Amino acid sequence: MKKIIKNPMLLMLGLSLFLVNCKDQNQGNNGALTSNAAERVYVAPGEHDEYYAFISGGFSGQLSVYGLPSGRLFKVIPVFSQDAEKAWGYNEETKPMLNTSHGFIPWDDSHHPDISQTNGELDGRWVFINGNNTPRIAKIDLSVFETTEIIEIPNSAGNHSSAFVTENTEYVVAGTRFSVPVPQRDMPISEYKGNFKGALTFISVDPEDGGMDIKFQLIMPGFDYDLSHPGRGESHGWFFFTTYNTEEASTLLEVNASQNDKDFIAAVNWKKIEEYVNNGGGTMMPARYAHNVYDDATHTGTSTMKEEVLVVNPSEVPGAVYLLPTPKSPHGCDVDPTGEYIVGNGKLSADLTVHSFTKMMDAIEGEKFDGDAYGIPILKFEDVLAGTVSQPGLGPLHTEFDGKGNAYTTFFISSEVVKWKLGTWEVVDRQPCYYSVGHLMIPGGNSRKPYGKYVVAMNKITKDRYLPTGPEVTQSAQLYDISGEKMELLLDFPTVGEPHYAAGISADIIKERSKKIFDLQDNKHKYGITSDADVRVERDGNEVHIYMSMIRSHFNPDNIEGVKVGDKVYFHVTNLEQDYDVPHGVSMIGANTSELLIMPGQTETFVWEPKQPGVWPFYCTDFCSALHQEMQGYVRVSPASSNIDLSWSLGE
Amino acid sequence: MIMALGALLPLLLFVFPLWKITLEAPQYPTPLGMYIHINDFADANPHDIKNINLMNHYVGMKYIPDAIPEFKIFPIGILITTFIGLIIAFKANYKWFLYWFIMMVLVSTAGLIDFYLWEHEYGHDLDPKAIMKFTNPDGSIMGFQPPFFGSKDILNFTAHSYPQLGAYCLGLGIALGFVAYRLGKKHIVKT
Repeated sequence: MKKIIKNPMLLMLGLSLFLVNCKDQNQGNNGALTSNAAERVYVAPGEHDEYYAFISGGFSGQLSVYGLPSGRLFKVIPVFSQDAEKAWGYNEETKPMLNTSHGFIPWDDSHHPDISQTNGELDGRWVFINGNNTPRIAKIDLSVFETTEIIEIPNSAGNHSSAFVTENTEYVVAGTRFSVPVPQRDMPISEYKGNFKGALTFISVDPEDGGMDIKFQLIMPGFDYDLSHPGRGESHGWFFFTTYNTEEASTLLEVNASQNDKDFIAAVNWKKIEEYVNNGGGTMMPARYAHNVYDDATHTGTSTMKEEVLVVNPSEVPGAVYLLPTPKSPHGCDVDPTGEYIVGNGKLSADLTVHSFTKMMDAIEGEKFDGDAYGIPILKFEDVLAGTVSQPGLGPLHTEFDGKGNAYTTFFISSEVVKWKLGTWEVVDRQPCYYSVGHLMIPGGNSRKPYGKYVVAMNKITKDRYLPTGPEVTQSAQLYDISGEKMELLLDFPTVGEPHYAAGISADIIKERSKKIFDLQDNKHKYGITSDADVRVERDGNEVHIYMSMIRSHFNPDNIEGVKVGDKVYFHVTNLEQDYDVPHGVSMIGANTSELLIMPGQTETFVWEPKQPGVWPFYCTDFCSALHQEMQGYVRVSPASSNIDLSWSLGE
Repeated sequence: MIMALGALLPLLLFVFPLWKITLEAPQYPTPLGMYIHINDFADANPHDIKNINLMNHYVGMKYIPDAIPEFKIFPIGILITTFIGLIIAFKANYKWFLYWFIMMVLVSTAGLIDFYLWEHEYGHDLDPKAIMKFTNPDGSIMGFQPPFFGSKDILNFTAHSYPQLGAYCLGLGIALGFVAYRLGKKHIVKT
């Protein structure tokens, strides 16, 4: 194999032969599968999985929750895209969550989930994830598995080198993939070079409630900032970003951004910049961005438009930013569990480049620079290089670690996961992926303590792997056992959307904290009620507010009269249940919105604008009880000119 | 001294529950439960009584009331009997220990009968408009009385009904009254 790799073309040929070969075997026997694979992924009915896997949905905009090793899907958490099932972005409470400086946006491209950490280990409190298209960072609270905060990132575009957290969740970091004029202005695209800027945004996270706030933006040269990861251990306080398009091209990037032999990994000493801004450094610049917060007590999201952001130029803080030359448009930027090694996955390079944090610090100390880029010192490649994994495959994208001295890298073009050793840089094992793997994830991978039992490969292409579903077929994940010397493929499972990275954590850390109900007594919703005594219907001009309750198995009220054509009818519906797993739904015939799916103790609101007189039914959409089918009601709608008073009742 | 201890032990009823009724069903991996204290009904887990009421309304059972008259009578009864017991312990002849013991047995039996009657009423006084009506094989209307003591299957639930620490303290206190009487008798006979 090693000899063949010397010539990439031969390797391609060899691999395609290998794949063909594999396929033949698949038809004859279990192919790459070990014989007892089924047992090792089988989680018996009623048993729980060992790990949670939070797998991003890419163009679905959401985050899906799987169990490992079974690959069972538990939930799709709506994040950046409207979800009619859960009324996310449809009900009055969550519409503000999708507000931006560009107005309401019903979709985004969700990429990189990362779980909060304490002392470099996963604490399972929150997952952060980036919206790539209209730059945003979302926070999902893992006690409720709901998106509870979204902050827009100004001066950014293609929010891709995000949303990675530092080892005490001091910051969640969002880097721009596309450089843009900062501030945005009308200018010729051809004047990109030297004028466009790349913002790296450090969002502070409140240690108590997780509240996000942009602490500062580092305004970097106009490269593309592709991916990033925090330092840890000795390198805690630093953040590393891969760059491409250091050529600063603005057109035909596939050619023009692939010319430089080496691009950079930008090493940012955020502690130094934090100190600088804490002492009054940086400049406030006008910037509009939305900050949306969902409150579990009011069950309501609020959107606030921010007007300014603190920016810092690297030149203002000498010694805070350095550039590490890294071959060929590196994609993934991965830091090993000790914090010593920084892997640059040069996607157009035949080799994998690994930098040493210790050597980087020595080189900085010795001021051994190889020029600068816009005033940012460039270190010498040889001075920071820890080692090279020589020709391990084609198209390296991402690397994860098992905590036992091994690294696992995905190769998109040669469609495989390759296991190699940190320090000796030798390839230990390789396993094919079906097909064209992008990200991979080892539970606990981005921390000091990976669990090192499984790796999940996320594939971009499946072709013939599953039953066909027309031109659009599923994307998939593959689970490998990595507890032994050789990786073993155990399981394929389909994914929601196109996963771009995932985060995994031991289920024990999360499941005990998972909330069962919302306490009705804590319901602070503006239109919430805590008992049937508060049920009522009020008119305010042409607005009608229905304070409705639901409990097995009726709505209160379930007969309403006095509504008129032209009214805007708000159904504020409170689920009075206080039992685990007893949600109720509600939907109204002809309402131009989704259903509501309301958890015990929660209040949600939908709006109905009746267009014609009649008696219109509504009903419960969640099979809540033996009398679910009876859970229904009527609203009488009279002509606009009628003078029937509002009245409401239950059981009369 | 044993008599005094016996008289004081029932006071622990104000700390520990008297009885517990537990309802198990497949949909309730954590069973629903209700503690009966001398002066209160309490959830075994948050909202259990509310959820028991919700379940029971299908078959027309009444809601478990927030308070029943017994919650006022029983505490007074216990306080009085304890008071009497203490006076006897320090002032009276051992023979009175026996009278106290007999009184306590009678009072407790009355309490248990009252509990049984309440249970029976609760399980049989069903709303004629009940959503679901069940009949016994002989055609009579099925009741849903929880077991007085022990376990019993009621439709999809298995109900358990057992005394709790408070009841054991009461029982031990009563027993100590009898022990005190026996010891007192022995002591007298010897001297």
